[in-house]
Amino acid sequence: MSSDDAFELIGVDAGPVSGQPILRSIDLVVPANGVTVLAGPSGAGKSTLLRLLNRLDDPVAGEVRWRKRALTEWSPTDLRRQVAMVFQRAPIFPGTVLDNLRVAVADVAVDRAGHVLEHVGLNAELLDQAADSLSGGEAQRMCVARALLTDPAVLLADEPTAALDRAARTTVEDLGRMLADTGVAVIWVSHDTDQLRRLADHVIVLADGAVRAVGHLAELDASDDLLVRQSVGAP
Amino acid sequence: MMLAVEQGDIGVVGLAASGILVAVAVGISLWRQLGLERSLLWAALRALVQLLAVGWVLQFVVDPDDPLILSVLWILAMVSFAAYTTSRRAADVPKVLRLSLLAYAASAVVVLGVLFGFGIYDLEGRTLVPLAGMVIGNSLASTVLVSRQLLIAATEQRGVIEGRLALGLSATEAFRPHLRQALRTALVPQIESTKAVGIVFLPGAMVGLILAGVDPADAVRVQVSVMYLVLGSVATTTAVMSLGISRELFTPAQQLRRPTQRTDD
Repeated sequence: MSSDDAFELIGVDAGPVSGQPILRSIDLVVPANGVTVLAGPSGAGKSTLLRLLNRLDDPVAGEVRWRKRALTEWSPTDLRRQVAMVFQRAPIFPGTVLDNLRVAVADVAVDRAGHVLEHVGLNAELLDQAADSLSGGEAQRMCVARALLTDPAVLLADEPTAALDRAARTTVEDLGRMLADTGVAVIWVSHDTDQLRRLADHVIVLADGAVRAVGHLAELDASDDLLVRQSVGAP
Repeated sequence: MMLAVEQGDIGVVGLAASGILVAVAVGISLWRQLGLERSLLWAALRALVQLLAVGWVLQFVVDPDDPLILSVLWILAMVSFAAYTTSRRAADVPKVLRLSLLAYAASAVVVLGVLFGFGIYDLEGRTLVPLAGMVIGNSLASTVLVSRQLLIAATEQRGVIEGRLALGLSATEAFRPHLRQALRTALVPQIESTKAVGIVFLPGAMVGLILAGVDPADAVRVQVSVMYLVLGSVATTTAVMSLGISRELFTPAQQLRRPTQRTDD
C-alpha cells in the first residue's frame, strides 16, 4: 500500500453543527498502511475523526483529503466502497448471511460470498443461516466480510471489539491484522491499551479534540507526556 | 325554522328527539358512575354546533349559482388546516408544514382530477367541496402516522441505515426498507377496512344516502367511488409525504442528518 493512501486533515473542526465542535483545528496525516490505531480518553473525538474519513459526517470547517483529492470531490458512494467501515455494534440487515452480503454487492455469486466468509474465518455454510442468529463475534466478522466485497483499500473500524467477549475479540483482532498484512489498510479506534499494543503499526493519540501525539509505538512509549504514555499503555 | 317534511328530512323535532339517545348515554354514565356525563354532553353539543356551522357555510358553495372560486377557497383552507394539524402532530419531522401542504395538495389534484376529469361527478360546489373533504380528511391520520414512522426509523435504526451507507449505498437505497415499512404501516389499515366494508360495517356515506331516501343501488355506487377515492388519496398523500421526508433526512452527500442538523419550518 503506497503512502499516497494516507488521509490528510487540514484545519479540521468537526462535531455538532450547533455548539462546541468536538475536534478543533486538526492538522494531521492519518497513515493508511498496516494498522493505525486511534487512541485516547473517551470523548477525545476518535470516532468523530473516523467518521470524517468515509464522509459519514463532514467537518464543519477545514478539509479532508484522500489520494490527494478533497473528499468533497469524490462521489460519496464511490468513496465508501474504497474506504469501508465497520462499527462497534455490527449492523445486521434482515434475512440470511447471504442476503446481508448482497446488500454490498447485489449480484455476488454464492461461490465468491462463501470465499469471503472463509477469508474472515467463518464457515461458508453460514451463508443460508439467518444473520440475526450469529454470535456477536460472528456477526462482526460477517460485517467485515460484507465490507470486503467492495474491494476496499482502507477499512475503518470503530471500536469493533468493544461489544464482544474476550474470545471473539481475539478473532476479530486477528482478522484486522490479517487484512493489514494482505494489503487492506486498517484504521482502528480503540481505548483498549492491550489491544493497541498487539495491533498498532502507527498510533494517533487524541485528547480533548486535539492531536496529542502521532508515531510508532516505541516513539510514544518514550514520550514525555504522561497522557500519551497512559493512552498507549506504556510499560 | 321549520323545514318542509319530506323523505330524508328529520326536521328540528326529529333532531331534538334523537337527542334522547345522548340522554341514554348520559343515564348509563350516571348509573355506572363513569364520570363521563360532562364529556358526553360537551361532545354532543360540539358536534351539533360544528355541523350546523359547516352546514350554514356550505350553503354558500353548494348552490349551482354560487361561484366555483368559493369552493376552491374552501379547499385551500382545508388543505392548509390539514397541513397545520399534521405539522402539530408530527412536529419533529423536518420541513413538515411545507411537505404536508404539498402532499395534501398533490393528493387533491390527482384524486379530484380523476373524479372530475373522467366525468364521474359533475364539477360543481356541491360535489367539489365534500369530495375534497373526503380526500383530505381521510389522509390526515395516515399522513401523521407515516411521518412519525419515518422519523422513528431514522432515529432508532440509525446504525442499520449508516451500515448501508457505509457499504456505498445511496441514501435512497439505504432508506428504502424503512420507507417501505412505514408506507405499509400507514396503508394496511386502510386496505383492511376497505376489505371489511359491507360485511363488518356499513359506511357512513352510504347509510346517510339511504336514510336520505336514495336508492340503495345508487348509494352503493357512490360509496364505492368514495372508498376508491379514499384509497387513492391516502396512497398519494403518504407517498408524497414519505418521499419528501426521506429527502429531508439525508444530505446531498448521502449522510443521515442528525436531529440538530435538520432545518425546520
